[in-house]
Amino acid sequence: MTVATETAAPLHAAPGREPSALVQIFRHVVREPLTLLFAIILLIIILIAIFAGQISPYNPVQQSILSVNQAPSPEHWLGTDGFGRDVLTRIFYGARTSLILGVLSPVLAAIIGTALGLWAGYFGGWADRIIGRLIDLLLAFPDLLLGILVAAALSSGFWSMVAVLTIAFSPRFARIARASTLALRHEPFVEAAVAASVSHPVIIIRHVMPNIIGPIVVVFTLWIATAIRLEATLSFLGLGTQPPEPSWGNIIRDGLDNMFGSPWPIIGAGIAISLTVLGFNMIGDAVRDVLDPERRE
Amino acid sequence: MLRTIAARILDAIPTLFLVLTLVFVTMRLLPGDPAIAVLGENATFQELQLFRHKVGLDLPIWLQYLDFLRDSLTFSFGNSFTSNFPVSQLIALNLPYTIELTVAATIIGTALAIPVGVLAAVRHGEAPDVISRIFSLLGYAVPDFFLAAIMLIVFALTLKWFPITGGGSGLIDVLWHLVLPATALGLIKAAFMSRLTRSSVLEVMGKDYVRTARAKGARERRVIYRHALRNALLPVVTGLSLSILSTLSGSVAIELIFNRPGVGAMLINAIETRDYPTIQAGIVVFALFVVVVNLLMDIAYTVVDPRIGAGS
Repeated sequence: MTVATETAAPLHAAPGREPSALVQIFRHVVREPLTLLFAIILLIIILIAIFAGQISPYNPVQQSILSVNQAPSPEHWLGTDGFGRDVLTRIFYGARTSLILGVLSPVLAAIIGTALGLWAGYFGGWADRIIGRLIDLLLAFPDLLLGILVAAALSSGFWSMVAVLTIAFSPRFARIARASTLALRHEPFVEAAVAASVSHPVIIIRHVMPNIIGPIVVVFTLWIATAIRLEATLSFLGLGTQPPEPSWGNIIRDGLDNMFGSPWPIIGAGIAISLTVLGFNMIGDAVRDVLDPERRE
Repeated sequence: MLRTIAARILDAIPTLFLVLTLVFVTMRLLPGDPAIAVLGENATFQELQLFRHKVGLDLPIWLQYLDFLRDSLTFSFGNSFTSNFPVSQLIALNLPYTIELTVAATIIGTALAIPVGVLAAVRHGEAPDVISRIFSLLGYAVPDFFLAAIMLIVFALTLKWFPITGGGSGLIDVLWHLVLPATALGLIKAAFMSRLTRSSVLEVMGKDYVRTARAKGARERRVIYRHALRNALLPVVTGLSLSILSTLSGSVAIELIFNRPGVGAMLINAIETRDYPTIQAGIVVFALFVVVVNLLMDIAYTVVDPRIGAGS
């Protein structure tokens, strides 16, 4: 334990070394008051998602005829819904659904998309023509439309939702990976490796990957926000997370039925979506400014 | 230019087939047996076979594919499983409402976005720029269906200024029903488009021809609108095609909130009731939209920037 820290510490403290990307991003977030504010709000939402079971005194799916459609009160801060469930509790638990889907799907999309893009960009030929054409085609569809099409084809449920979002996002990663790889393919250091008969997998992992990872991480952080919004929209349309499982989208959908009685489920879940998306967008901007400064606005 | 346009149209044909093929493959992945979905679990084997024969599900897959292509291109999708109404007529009934909404939202969004974007670029770093940035940050974060629901609660339910549901009949009534849904969608789109306009105008403001125009003593308004904006328009046109299509897909949720008729509402309804012919038709209509809007925007580039045509 002590040995490890002793050897690791000087490395990080080496003079003249640039602080790691993570440190730079952290500094970027802290420097701008607005970004910091939304980062803190996002952190609170993440904590709520993790500790939903500990914070809320109610069960998110248990129905009760005795407490249907109640207005906000000290017992139920945002009132209850048409099934007598506490709205705030459902929003807390909905944070779990949104965050898990919102992070998991872009991770899978980044892996699949990057692999396809690397393959197409590096080897070229027929694979590139097919993958390139497919990327163009899928990118012509707005993500929501693609989401609706895929959701229509798959049965509802958690893994279908993951599949929907992953399919909708993979082409974005594939395009970035392909374009970055194409640009690198004829760089002297790659050609030198080829000339030295280094095997292709080694070149891809040692020489190409490290140089394209920046833009991919940037796209990844920005797409978390999109994934959360898309999940909410699809659940609102009844194609995503299915009731009684709470999700911000289906809470708003349920709220529509009781608009006259209480607007609070709609307002509460809507604000939750907006704050979360805003938080991830602002952190995404900070990540972009650090990792991909050329694209800064 | 005509040659370029013809080339673009020819180019769209393979794309169209690829899209339709994707739709066909997706449709065949649909879980459950359509025959059981329609006739119920208790149907006898004979009844199921008869149904499959009637709608062509017993044919070899490549024949089904050819039938599907023919049906899609001739818009004959058979009858709805739930209402027994010809699906082509359902589309004809619903499509105008969706187009109205998309067009109105696009007009509102663009009419708002271009002046806001230009102002933000011209007064770069000042108050208008900051306000437009906050506006666009909100536009990216607030889901359109949430904004629509809030507008419905405030302006229709509480203040009673606008009708709550439906699509309306007669010109004035239709426009009246359009105000809230189109504004909700348009505002969200304006957030995206104004950002695009801003960065595009900012980029050309530094160009030589803008400096030349200023040096000639042209008025600032003229410099901005005649010299800068015209040249900044190309990326905005690109954004517009994306924006039209995302407005179109956004209309699905909006139709649901305002209980408006439309292709989106029809499709969602069909998915819920597993009404296969209507699902298929709805998806094909949206897919055709994607191909056609992209084609029109490709043609629009050639008009806005003739160099593109000359180059290819």
